[in-house]
Amino acid sequence: MARNSLQLNLRIALRLLLSKRRAMLMSLAGIVFGVALLIVMLAQTSGFEGFFIRTILGTNGALRVQDRFQETVTSMVAADEDAGDTFEVALREGQTYVQGIQNPRQVLEGIFAFDSVVDASPVLRGPVQVTSGFRSEEGRLHGIDAASYLAVSDLDRQIVSGSLDDFGVQPDGIILGSVLADRLGLRVGDPVLLRGAQEQRRFRLVAIFESGIELVDRVHFYAHMREARLVLNEFDSVSYIQVTLDDPDRAPEIAAHMSQVLGYHVASWQARERSWLEVFRALKLSSAISMTTILVIAGLGMFNTLAIIVMERAREIAILRSFGYSRRDILSIFLLQGILVYVAGTLLGWLSAAVLTRIIESIPIRIRGIFSTDHFIMHWSFNHYLIAAAIAFVVVITAALIPARRASLVEPGAVVRGTSG
Amino acid sequence: MEAARQPVVRVRGLHRWLGEGETRVHVLRGLDIDLEAARTIAVVGPSGCGKSTLLYLLGLLDLPDDGSIHFGERRVDNANEETRTRLRGAEIGFVFQFHFLLAEFTAAENVMLPMLKLGRRSPGEARAAAEDLLDSVGLRGKADRRGNQLSGGEQQRVAVARALANDPRLILADEPTGNLDRGNSEALFGLLRELAREKGQTTLVVTHNPELAARCDQTLSMLDGRFVED
Ligand SMILES: Nc1ncnc2c1ncn2[C@@H]1O[C@H](COP(=O)(O)OP(=O)(O)O)[C@@H](O)[C@H]1O
Ligand SMILES: [Mg+2]
Repeated sequence: MARNSLQLNLRIALRLLLSKRRAMLMSLAGIVFGVALLIVMLAQTSGFEGFFIRTILGTNGALRVQDRFQETVTSMVAADEDAGDTFEVALREGQTYVQGIQNPRQVLEGIFAFDSVVDASPVLRGPVQVTSGFRSEEGRLHGIDAASYLAVSDLDRQIVSGSLDDFGVQPDGIILGSVLADRLGLRVGDPVLLRGAQEQRRFRLVAIFESGIELVDRVHFYAHMREARLVLNEFDSVSYIQVTLDDPDRAPEIAAHMSQVLGYHVASWQARERSWLEVFRALKLSSAISMTTILVIAGLGMFNTLAIIVMERAREIAILRSFGYSRRDILSIFLLQGILVYVAGTLLGWLSAAVLTRIIESIPIRIRGIFSTDHFIMHWSFNHYLIAAAIAFVVVITAALIPARRASLVEPGAVVRGTSG
Repeated sequence: MEAARQPVVRVRGLHRWLGEGETRVHVLRGLDIDLEAARTIAVVGPSGCGKSTLLYLLGLLDLPDDGSIHFGERRVDNANEETRTRLRGAEIGFVFQFHFLLAEFTAAENVMLPMLKLGRRSPGEARAAAEDLLDSVGLRGKADRRGNQLSGGEQQRVAVARALANDPRLILADEPTGNLDRGNSEALFGLLRELAREKGQTTLVVTHNPELAARCDQTLSMLDGRFVED
């Protein structure tokens, strides 16, 4: 009975809808357009965001264990006989900042005690003058343990010339970022001079990497840990330990926990890249808002059309009521008109979005900035389709509900009375 | 009036005011009626005396300000919206002065709309019943025409068929022939009477035409919101 009623109301809704074909097609077009563009914008902004995050994770890992605060002056507190607040001040003053990790082996053990840790690799980092012939650039030497570092980074996939195998077998091999190599005019196989604060040593360029992040490719370069220690004159500690996790999204909580356990400062990638992530979020939000505007305009058009139908069809509504159609039937007949347009508009919008995304993906575009890419990066996610459908639903239902309610409140007697003598 | 017979419709002390403030009019001023089964009753009276207002109240399209309406044993004037809606679909057939067909639907579909709503007939049965009804109002072969492909008289006959769709106990017709020429009026009126008699339905017809009124079983004359003796 209920299904029968729905079917009947649907038929009436469809007929009424088709009587205003042109106006309804306009609303339909608006919804198709709004849904499609909303999805495409989401696909694009989250595509670039995802690319950025992947690059960041592949270069810097999910977590970094580095530095710590050391409490050095607890004896001063004991000596102080004063009230509690001086105790706290004393403690704060008693903390000293210690750069790097003095006992890497022990800390590594502590890190691997966490189930969510996949791999970890120590890195010794320091500023070094990179010289080739007459040219010289300031760079950041990263002393790595090749095998374990590959496990915590995408360095292997970032190599654009030369090879990692050569790096593995050459103790004096170094890997430069593409921009740095360009600036120095260096090719694979060329000799390079590295000058630290006290030491200087000769190396050979065995590979060039490109992370896609300009900032990294301009200053980063890698050498074996043992050689790096000689150049940087640092023989025990490391600068930080790079860690990969099974679920990078959980990095902030794991970082907090790890920091407590290890006593070191642990930075999640989210915390390190907060400002860029904020930019992407703002971008996503603002494009979603502007695309929603299109939907709202389509909704206004639909509101208008339905309101006109309700006015023009007051008699027919009264007639339907006079032979047994309830207020709820009338409400549903007009809501269904909105829903029919919504369903058609959303499905067509989804289709258009998929087609547009495909087309845009294949558009060549050269971006060199915070990251580099040669085409638009679109992220396919069914969530975007659901989000667009949900926003369109809210808009359309709101637009249809007001006229539908008005239609359902039509007093059959009053309407019919107005038409007869 | 025969006390033994239970009237189909019983109205007592019906009052209705219309309009607001200064223009508020006391349209119906204490009406009593008993309508018996299988009779055709004409309601006559000058324009503006409240005939339509009465029909809307009987058709449960409007609410009285005072008084009561019973369908058989059941009091209906103060029933809830849901009950009134169901009664309108199942017990009452209304023919308005204007046909009010749904323009997007064919003649048969217009007749089927009340049937499908009531849900007593399957779509197939409803279609067959609609064709029968259209046959009986002389529209054989025009079942699949849209409203705008029918003449005024034909449209009004579709409206009559639609009013009869669910075999209502009470048929209310408000000047159903008001917009028709003499020939068409006669034919339509004859049809209403015949169908009502055939199916034992009670029919209340508002008309300005004394000849038509004379052909009914009974005539009620209205003046200023009351019934008067002829
Ligand atoms: N909305 C209204 N406000 C005030 N008076 C009304 C309204 N509608 C109808 N009337 C008055 O009610 C009276 C009865 O109207 P109606 O029942 O249509 O008369 P009839 O059908 O007998 O011609 C008329 O005098 C008319 O002017
Ligand atoms: Mg009237």
